[in-house]
Amino acid sequence: MPEQIEKQTKQTEMERMLETWEPVIGLEVHVQLATRSKAFSPSACEFGAPANSLTDPVVLGMPGTLPVFNRAALELALKLGVATGSQIRARSRFARKHYFYPDQPKGYQISQYDEPLCEKGHVDLIVGGAIKRIKLERIHLEEDAGKNTHVGAVSHVDLNRAGVPLVEVVSAPEITSAEEAAEFMRALHRLVRWLEISEADMEKGQLRCDANVSIRLRGEDRLGTRTELKNINSFRFVQNAVENEILRQIRIVESGGRVTRETRLWDADLGQSAPMRSKEEANDYRYFPDPDLPPLVVDGALMGGILKKLPELPAARFERYQKQHGLAVDDARTLVSDRGLADYFDALVTAHPGDRSGRMLANWMLTELLGALNAEGKEITQSPVPAATLSALIVLVENGTISGKIGKEIFAETYQTGEAPLAIVDRRGVRQISDEAALWEVIDRVVAANPKQADGYLAGKDQLFGFFVGQVMKETQGRANPSMTSDLLRKRLGR
Amino acid sequence: MKPEFWSITETVKHVITGEITAQQIVDGALDRITFLDREVGAFLEVDKDGARKQAAEIDRKRAAGEPLGSLVGVPVALKDNLVTKDLVTTAGSKILEGWVPPYDATVVTKLRAAGAIIVGKTNLDEFGMGSSTERSAYKQTKNPWDPSRVPGGSSGGSAAAVSAGMCVASLGTDTGGSIRQPAAFCGIVGLKPTYGRVSRWGAVAFASSLDQIGPLTRTVADAAAVLQVIAGHDPRDATSLEAPVPSYVDALTGKVEGLRIGIPHEFFAAADESAGPEEEGLGFTPNPGPEEEGLGFTPNPGIEPEVRAAIERTIAALTERGAITVDISLPHTALALPAYYIVAPAEASSNLSRYDGVRYGKRVDASELLELYRRTRGAGFGPEVKRRIMLGTYALRSGYYDAYYKKAQQIRTLIKRDFDRAFRFCDVVLTPTTPGVAFQFGAKTSPLDMYLGDVFTLSCNLAGLPGINVPCGVTTGGLPIGVQLLGKPLDEPTLLRTAGVIESAVGLGTRRPSGAGGI
Repeated sequence: MPEQIEKQTKQTEMERMLETWEPVIGLEVHVQLATRSKAFSPSACEFGAPANSLTDPVVLGMPGTLPVFNRAALELALKLGVATGSQIRARSRFARKHYFYPDQPKGYQISQYDEPLCEKGHVDLIVGGAIKRIKLERIHLEEDAGKNTHVGAVSHVDLNRAGVPLVEVVSAPEITSAEEAAEFMRALHRLVRWLEISEADMEKGQLRCDANVSIRLRGEDRLGTRTELKNINSFRFVQNAVENEILRQIRIVESGGRVTRETRLWDADLGQSAPMRSKEEANDYRYFPDPDLPPLVVDGALMGGILKKLPELPAARFERYQKQHGLAVDDARTLVSDRGLADYFDALVTAHPGDRSGRMLANWMLTELLGALNAEGKEITQSPVPAATLSALIVLVENGTISGKIGKEIFAETYQTGEAPLAIVDRRGVRQISDEAALWEVIDRVVAANPKQADGYLAGKDQLFGFFVGQVMKETQGRANPSMTSDLLRKRLGR
Repeated sequence: MKPEFWSITETVKHVITGEITAQQIVDGALDRITFLDREVGAFLEVDKDGARKQAAEIDRKRAAGEPLGSLVGVPVALKDNLVTKDLVTTAGSKILEGWVPPYDATVVTKLRAAGAIIVGKTNLDEFGMGSSTERSAYKQTKNPWDPSRVPGGSSGGSAAAVSAGMCVASLGTDTGGSIRQPAAFCGIVGLKPTYGRVSRWGAVAFASSLDQIGPLTRTVADAAAVLQVIAGHDPRDATSLEAPVPSYVDALTGKVEGLRIGIPHEFFAAADESAGPEEEGLGFTPNPGPEEEGLGFTPNPGIEPEVRAAIERTIAALTERGAITVDISLPHTALALPAYYIVAPAEASSNLSRYDGVRYGKRVDASELLELYRRTRGAGFGPEVKRRIMLGTYALRSGYYDAYYKKAQQIRTLIKRDFDRAFRFCDVVLTPTTPGVAFQFGAKTSPLDMYLGDVFTLSCNLAGLPGINVPCGVTTGGLPIGVQLLGKPLDEPTLLRTAGVIESAVGLGTRRPSGAGGI
């Protein structure tokens, strides 16, 4: 398997190199905001509509048109700003960023430059069982560009995406590995979905990433020459592209070369990057405040509204689930991977009597409920079993009304029919038998009917104990209380 | 009846009473355009069918007893940088040759709703960049008072059309004087409203922070009537103001008793005597004399004696009617021109980036993208536009923003403060609109000579104030002279009131242009 060998060689080479060299990575992530209409005009924002159907004179950059900012985008951006602990500018400004390209109808993109909406925030990564905080330099608002496609010698422009509101999230250069870069993306993806500000579907380009990568000798303070990687639009690509670039740079420097400051395009199929033509990047953007748009003012009332609506964030819940509910790291991480899961778990905890059942609740939810949902390809939000119903079922197991094994059957039926667990239990007559006299009667009968096995057990064949448990369960259609059955059987068999 | 020189009030009254049909008015206007415009060249496009259709609709409404608007039956021309649905809009540029917009500018929508009849689109300096309409990519427009002279610009076509009686009113745009200066050269009223008073939606942008649409009319009352219709907040223009629109028509009381008229000495001082103010921290001399190195040119070209005399007569007429003159100082006046020639080209270079041949207008094909841009823009833009794109691109280069655009914006703030201070002592500021009267074609050969002619009108745009030109006499050679009034933000009523008094005291009365086309 040459591929695997190659991979291993690469791995070892990387490990050796990383003893000497420290990668420094900063990410620029574009997130489309889930507004109904575009950032500066009334056209709808949708994915997959016929080319150029979501345009209007503003989107087309027609003479005489003017942008008017969609305040809905501001609220979404502010949610992210607050959730990342950013400083929010009371007055920020839109600026024009100029470059000629057919996907840019006005010849400039409306963005923010020296007065961005948010600065100095952070994103919390869950690395192993711990939280690592990555600082953000800024989050600013801007409009998306259209899309160019090339068919042979002919180029087509689709402006459906042009003008869709974006936030650009710029991390500080303090990500130190390709894994961490991918984890940053995951954390941001989780966060924007958590806040319901974006679907963040990477396949639809709703979340896109550029990475700035450089290396320096460990212990060095100064940053090395960086390259910018573009077009890394999946979590896996981020990791692969960044890792590839780190290796490339170390190899250049170790062989006496120098890293050139350039923009490189990641080709996921080839698994390598190539420099973009310098013509395409030799831009002086000539930023200046957009005179068509007044300063963006964020007042106390607006901030108050945002703060009131802000949900508890994933990192906070991750810690709460472990500390307050005693969950294992993996379970806690799974629950906070999706707002719907975490909200369901919280609803389950709220519905459930007592507060010492965290692990049991997580178990039932993650194993039984998620198992059933996954089998049908459903999301937690589509669950036919409300949290209160699942809790009621777990109560029946906890108080001994039914056994755990029966509980799973009852769950399956509740899931299918929606009938209340207790009703199913009663209809099926599967209440656990915890009555001593009743159990004695069954045990007496079972032991009397199997004298040889009883003798064998007495003679030291321990495995026969399981046989008797099985017989009791068979006689009671599984309803016998398992721990009582064991206790009584031991007494009856005399050992 | 001779409706061509009727005022708006007269036109509307006659249409409402039925003495004349809208159809007859439009036919008269179209005939006159056909007859005169071969000589004057005010129009780039005459919309005969559209105008007749609008007129027929008005006559139908009147017959049916439906409500009629305040401009009913009034033939109006639009500067061709105002976007009109289904009617070619070029902004005077080859790059937009044949472009048929899919939408109407807000002012056009409002005019139509008020019953005005759009007769056509008028000539202008390409994208509004010029002061003589000589920079139009299409044709020359002659001054109706003297066909050897320019009508001014950039709204030269709009001014000439109104002056020659080819329409009752027109709209222009004013970025540095482009309504007021041609109004002065053509002997009509031209009003640049407060920045944000009139929606810019549908005005082809030249310099977004300076551009404003306004009326050109033969009388002050007509300017008020048109402004009444086009003013107001527009949700499609984020820079438009929400302040309620007062009655401009009612503002014309004919009285100026007690009105304080500010006379800024900087505008009247001859070049060599214009003294620099004691300055606070600009870091450079704001008003250098001609021999100093700072600006490299004389910021105040001096006022022609006949213009100066007419302005003095105007001031005298106002004081005779009870107004009070106040000497004021606008110390940063000399910086207006250099600041303007940073801000306006910078914004223009940005606004004109959209003309790339990809989506509309002219395209010169090429096999390479960059070549497509080069060829399209190379062939589509005229020399003055290219000059300003280069100036603006230079000013916005990375690392130069602070030294140019930002500094120019700081100067704007200083100029604004000058006016704020002055308006504590006066109600309007009075200056000549232009240093001289309409000049001969080709007289201003260097761009700088041309720019200097706008020295009195630029401050108004930089400060976002309203300004108006009112005719205040003619030279011995028979050319109109204009006086400019500048007002507090949103104080168009006081401007109009003062202008109305000037009009009746020293205006042109029944004098009409008699130059072009044998008017």
